[in-house]
Amino acid sequence: MLRLPGGAVPGKSSIVIKLVLVITLCSTLIFAVALGYNYYSSRSILEKELESNARNLSLSLVNRVETELSVVSRVTEGVARALETGRYSEKELHTLIRTTVEKNPEIFGSGVAFEPYAFSKTSRLYAPYYYRENGKIAFTRLDTSYLYVPYLLWDWYQSPRELGRLEWSEPYFDDGGGNLAMSTCSVPFYGETDGVRHLKGIVATDITLDSLTKLVSSVKILKTGYAALLSRNGMVLAHPLKDAVMNESFFSIAEARNDPSLRELGKKMVAGETGFIRYNSLVGVRSWMYYAPIRSTGWTLAVLFPEAELLENINRLSLIMGVIGFAGVLLLTAAVVYIARSITKPLRSLAEATHVMASGNFDLELPVVRSNDEVGVLAQDFQVMKESLKEYIKNLTETTAAKERIQSELQVAADIQASLLPRQFPAFPERSEFDIFASMDPAKEIGGDFYDFFFIDDDNFCFLIADVAGKGVPAALYMMVAKTLLKSEAQRLGEPDQILAYVNKTLAIDNDSCMFATVFCAILEISTGTVRFANAGHNPPLVMDSQGVRYLTLKSGFVLGPMADTVYETERLIMQPGDTLFLYTDGVTEATNLTDDLFGEPKLLNALQDGPRQESDQMIHAIRDEVTRHANGAPQSDDVTMVAITYRGTVV
Amino acid sequence: MMKQITYRWREGFMRIGYLLLLFVIATAALPAAASETPLKKVSLALLWNPQAQFAGYYVALDKGIYAKHGMELKILAGGPGHSPVQTLNNGTADFAILWLTTALQQRAAGIKLVNVAQLVQKSSMMLISRKSSGIKTVADMNGRKVGLWGGDLSIPPRALFARHGIKVLEVPQSHTVNLFLRGGIDVTSAMWYNEYHTILNSGVDQEELNVVSLSEQGMNFPEDGIYTLEKILRNNPSLAEAFAAASLEGWRYAFAHPDEALDIITKRMREAQLPSNRIHQKWMLNRMRDLIMPANSPATPGLLTEQDYRAVGSALQRGGLIRNYPDYATFTGRRRAGEK
Repeated sequence: MLRLPGGAVPGKSSIVIKLVLVITLCSTLIFAVALGYNYYSSRSILEKELESNARNLSLSLVNRVETELSVVSRVTEGVARALETGRYSEKELHTLIRTTVEKNPEIFGSGVAFEPYAFSKTSRLYAPYYYRENGKIAFTRLDTSYLYVPYLLWDWYQSPRELGRLEWSEPYFDDGGGNLAMSTCSVPFYGETDGVRHLKGIVATDITLDSLTKLVSSVKILKTGYAALLSRNGMVLAHPLKDAVMNESFFSIAEARNDPSLRELGKKMVAGETGFIRYNSLVGVRSWMYYAPIRSTGWTLAVLFPEAELLENINRLSLIMGVIGFAGVLLLTAAVVYIARSITKPLRSLAEATHVMASGNFDLELPVVRSNDEVGVLAQDFQVMKESLKEYIKNLTETTAAKERIQSELQVAADIQASLLPRQFPAFPERSEFDIFASMDPAKEIGGDFYDFFFIDDDNFCFLIADVAGKGVPAALYMMVAKTLLKSEAQRLGEPDQILAYVNKTLAIDNDSCMFATVFCAILEISTGTVRFANAGHNPPLVMDSQGVRYLTLKSGFVLGPMADTVYETERLIMQPGDTLFLYTDGVTEATNLTDDLFGEPKLLNALQDGPRQESDQMIHAIRDEVTRHANGAPQSDDVTMVAITYRGTVV
Repeated sequence: MMKQITYRWREGFMRIGYLLLLFVIATAALPAAASETPLKKVSLALLWNPQAQFAGYYVALDKGIYAKHGMELKILAGGPGHSPVQTLNNGTADFAILWLTTALQQRAAGIKLVNVAQLVQKSSMMLISRKSSGIKTVADMNGRKVGLWGGDLSIPPRALFARHGIKVLEVPQSHTVNLFLRGGIDVTSAMWYNEYHTILNSGVDQEELNVVSLSEQGMNFPEDGIYTLEKILRNNPSLAEAFAAASLEGWRYAFAHPDEALDIITKRMREAQLPSNRIHQKWMLNRMRDLIMPANSPATPGLLTEQDYRAVGSALQRGGLIRNYPDYATFTGRRRAGEK
């Protein structure tokens, strides 16, 4: 568990934020892709459908226009053929023309214009014309009504004349000033003189563009879409731009807008092509346009679908989907936040609890998690762990307390033990024949080393050093027994071998635990300087006399305790005044440093040679310092016990 | 006033026209009042309906330039059925716009016309065919159907055909080019400033056309000029001078302010109930500038050079259209040679 200072709330790495980010981003992305694809494909489906819709619409419009025009074409053609086949008097001709106008409501006016002198040898021009005026059929003669330009020069006359076929004229304003845009369907008719076919005149039928342009203009596509009609010259015949009608051509608009692509489009249109394109309409709206020719007149009909309006539904749908999606993502985010919170809330309170527990407070109540999921399991385990830890720490505290009590008791025992040893120096200030100094530095626990010295009688001074095997309370108790026995038996028996033998026998009884001790026991006869000593497996002492320092050669003897019948032997050594006997336990020679090097007997020998020899206490302090120096901080593993006795001789 | 913003454009034009008229009257009245001279009433006969071909006169009238020069001008209706020569000769008009060829013919016929100013310095007439018809040169037109305008306008092309010794099938041409566009004729007469552009804006590209400019065929006959009668000039010599000066000033203003000029023209065309196509009028105005004030030409705007005059005169004479023609000074009303 990450430990945070002060139990801070996790920041950007918080599980909630990570979950929300990942899930929200992913779902937004998925949704956006789906929405985009939906928009794109709906759009292309719509465009496909649009093309067929546009085609159908424009073709149906074209058909309606064509129907109206073809009636006029057929009628005009019929009159021309009638004039070619039949012979009509002037009256019959007038009836024919008048009937034609009367019976065809599409027709505004109709006339027959003759070539010069073709109708009559006497008059040059002749052109009867019937037309509608205020709901009645009126009559005029074009040869007289055209004041300045004779009918021979008009497009409606010239085109069929020169081309020899039916022609629809380019729409024009009627000269009559009625401001009516007209178009004329004119058909040449011929006669024969002497087997030579020659032009007799032109049958012309006028229509006003009114009804056609109204038909086209009435088409409403979506909101602002429209249909438009262009003449063969590209002249605008029907268009929402009213000012352009009969004033502008598609090409003049292209020129005015300096738009060559518009001109190219216009060329395709007047060339009679059919097309479906996307372009900026003349009213400046991005539109889809379908254009198709009206074959009979060469005009072009175009229907325009404003793109924005076409896509309005898709856009609205996409917008709604977007809003739904956005709301969905928000909901999802909220759900994720809720779930993540419900997961992390116990985790967080657990984390906070751990933080408190980490500082040692196990009495804290853990948050209750009722869920059965992983977090619930974790919380339960956590509860168990807390209880276990609490129990463990309780036990540990109790154990530690018990240990401390024992330790203090042992310390008391050690103190008692130490107090049993003679510790007052100089021990016998009234006796100048010798001086003695001893020290014991116990290791951590109470140990088994001890020394003792006392007078057996006025001339015999007993001193000994011992080392009980093992440590702790058993060794200490054993040492007490041994020391008491040794002192009492020494005073009773007065000879080292007997003392050791007797004590050994006593100790060996009931020695179930097979404890033992090494003892060096000596008695100095002060008057002579003779030292009687016996050894029970103890380290040989050192002798410092006039010849130097040497280890005392002696029989080693067997340790006290294990065997009841062990026999010891008393040996003798004569001390001259100034000679010193140095007793020690293996705590000195086996003192180790950090690398487990022993202090060793040679080093002890050298230390004694080099050290002060006059005063026993100084000597022992010097050795103790050497040992401490050797240990160099390594813990003391055994009691360090030393006894030094210097014979001064009897005062003469 | 705010509520009237919704009035229809036509009414708007009328109002603007009315305001302009008021403005013209006001500006005209000021110098007149200052000089205490009443405005001299004059009238002008044009060759055709209102269009940018006559922008200078309409602009000068609208902007009060004639009034500034002491005249109150009335522009007479032109177009089909109106002969400017007749209008001038019968005293209805004081001035008329005529082609130089027409003027020379009419002078030869006895009408004492005087050139007051020569505006269009070169011929703008063209013979246009489709490349697909295989006609490339004038010679190729031999035996083909060629649309020719009636009257004096057929003089230059006929002279050209005569010079090339070819015979064409003449088809009378009206004021549209539809017969040509439909293929009824192989060659059409066209003015650079008018029909040529109409053809282009009927969806035929320049590249599809073969254009023979008469000016490049040695038939460079100056066209529109201002004419009056000798007797009018004699009675009031300064009037002709003032009229020419005002007209030229009107042209300069029109060329300097094409948009304004086009507005004035459009208004006139709508008043005459003519289809008005602004871009077409703009083309026409630009071409008139090229014709009246040609770039890289030493010609003084408004001046008929003696050289051009003699060239046209002798060409017509050679063609048998006139027997003789007056000397340059007489024709231009400048008695003393060298006088400007």
